[in-house]
Amino acid sequence: MIIRVQSEPFDLGAETNAFADAQNGMGAVVTFTGIVRDLPGEGLDRMEIEHYPGMTEKALEKIAQQASERWDLGDVLIIHRYGNLKADDRIMMVATSSRHRVHAFEAAEFLMDYLKSRAPFWKKEFTASGAEWVAAKDADEAALDRW
Amino acid sequence: MDVLYFAWVRERIGIPREKVETSAATVADLVAELRTREERYEVAFSDLSALRVAVDQELTDFDASLDGAREVAFFPPMTGG
Repeated sequence: MIIRVQSEPFDLGAETNAFADAQNGMGAVVTFTGIVRDLPGEGLDRMEIEHYPGMTEKALEKIAQQASERWDLGDVLIIHRYGNLKADDRIMMVATSSRHRVHAFEAAEFLMDYLKSRAPFWKKEFTASGAEWVAAKDADEAALDRW
Repeated sequence: MDVLYFAWVRERIGIPREKVETSAATVADLVAELRTREERYEVAFSDLSALRVAVDQELTDFDASLDGAREVAFFPPMTGG
């Protein structure tokens, strides 16, 4: 289980290769990457991501642990950035490995659903006309019900 | 105990953290105490349904006991991922 919370960018290709190379006897590696979306109209100047140092790492470990107990996984990787990002920057990634692809896919989806509303990150969008905190969506909370 | 604020809660209260001397038994009791302090606390805590709370870095609810708690954090619903 590898959990990293960092302000600096990560190399998606290098991280994916390193994760895949470290697996032994796994038939599947699934990765997901979250990317900063631009805003329609005046556009996004930047996004600021705040987090709760200490709790963030614990929450991510707990989510990864739950996934490992529920699915037959070789390993789990979570990288999540904080600080200042721009449109098209990569915010975060998860990777899962399993002997079977269904486990790797489902676990990655589970990780993403829980990361959205149970990991203490908050996004603020800055545009030419001001700044606004991104509101949590009801759909994100509802997504947890299927697990 | 240490009380921490994040995102717009931090902005409305104006500080990221503070030491609070309290004998509040639950999170709700602590919120009631803070609300009587100043307008900015009253504003920040006016709608508890818009807030989440963690005690010692574990997500919990407003009925949670503060017995032995060292750190309480208030923040809006999280937007990770």
